[in-house]
Amino acid sequence: MFETFDRLEQTWIGQTIRESLWLFPGIEAVHLLGLAMLGGSVLVVDLRLLGAGLTRATVPAVLSSARPWFLGSLVLMFSTGIPLFLSEAIKCYYNTSFWVKMCALAIGIVFTFGVRNRIAMRRDAPRWATALVGAISLMVWFTVAAAGRWIGFS
Amino acid sequence: MRSFVEWLDTHAWSTALHESLWMYPLIESTHVLTVMLFVGMLAMVDLRLVGLAFRNVAVSHLTGRLLPWSVAGFVIMIATGVLLFYAIPVRTYESVWFRVKVVLLVAGGINAWWFHRRVQRDRTFWDNHPKPPTAVRVAGGVSLAIWAGVIVCGRMIAYNWFDCDRDPSPFVMWMAGCVVEASM
Repeated sequence: MFETFDRLEQTWIGQTIRESLWLFPGIEAVHLLGLAMLGGSVLVVDLRLLGAGLTRATVPAVLSSARPWFLGSLVLMFSTGIPLFLSEAIKCYYNTSFWVKMCALAIGIVFTFGVRNRIAMRRDAPRWATALVGAISLMVWFTVAAAGRWIGFS
Repeated sequence: MRSFVEWLDTHAWSTALHESLWMYPLIESTHVLTVMLFVGMLAMVDLRLVGLAFRNVAVSHLTGRLLPWSVAGFVIMIATGVLLFYAIPVRTYESVWFRVKVVLLVAGGINAWWFHRRVQRDRTFWDNHPKPPTAVRVAGGVSLAIWAGVIVCGRMIAYNWFDCDRDPSPFVMWMAGCVVEASM
């Protein structure tokens, strides 16, 4: 495992970012813009699942409208997050927050596409199920974001 | 203004907060994560105004049901932001990024005020239109651009490229309000 991270640290992308004064902060700023968009597109659906926010629209309608923005921000997060990771792969290897974030991210993606969105699209889903799914989604994505912020502190 | 931030800098609590092991990172993280609530919810409304999302939901329903969440986020942003400024007053006051951020915050406020006072006045005519009139779409687009700028500037305050003690260019010195100390 460590050998893989060591090799990832040596890629030209990682080296270019490390040698530049502006690249890391610049990519990081775009990563933050993605966070705002990801947060909005997750929150608007989860609030609706919990019975708040856009209550006059159906859950499937809210999800359908938010989904392209969720997918777009996910693409933005990956395309900025991977270069950031490549520039400090070894630091990440020894960083607990990084591993917490990666686990939460994997859970978040599987849960969102495998469970939350499926339940959200069903019109016969019971209230308790939609609320539970919304609450779990909020917690998982909050963990991803908070652990991500904490990578920088350790 | 300068004497005020220098006075803040003399506070024991300011130094304690800056040097605290947990409080500063916690406040800073809250400030960053609240971007999801404040800008996230606002962006959903702005995208509707531009005509790019929730096209079959009335604009008034989005502003009525999502803006309160955004405002709650904004209150947390201001509270944590004031504390972050209090912890590092002089350096932040002399940060070019911080100054641009404040200008953008004011611009965002004016844009929001303009939207609520003028643009929104004839809302009944376009409330349910998937694509609102040009003035509304411009207000939404301007809002998205301004808050994106605020996020970028906020992130950059942490970097010291343009700090006064790094001898920046005369233009940056003027922008940042650096005090030139007479050399002996």
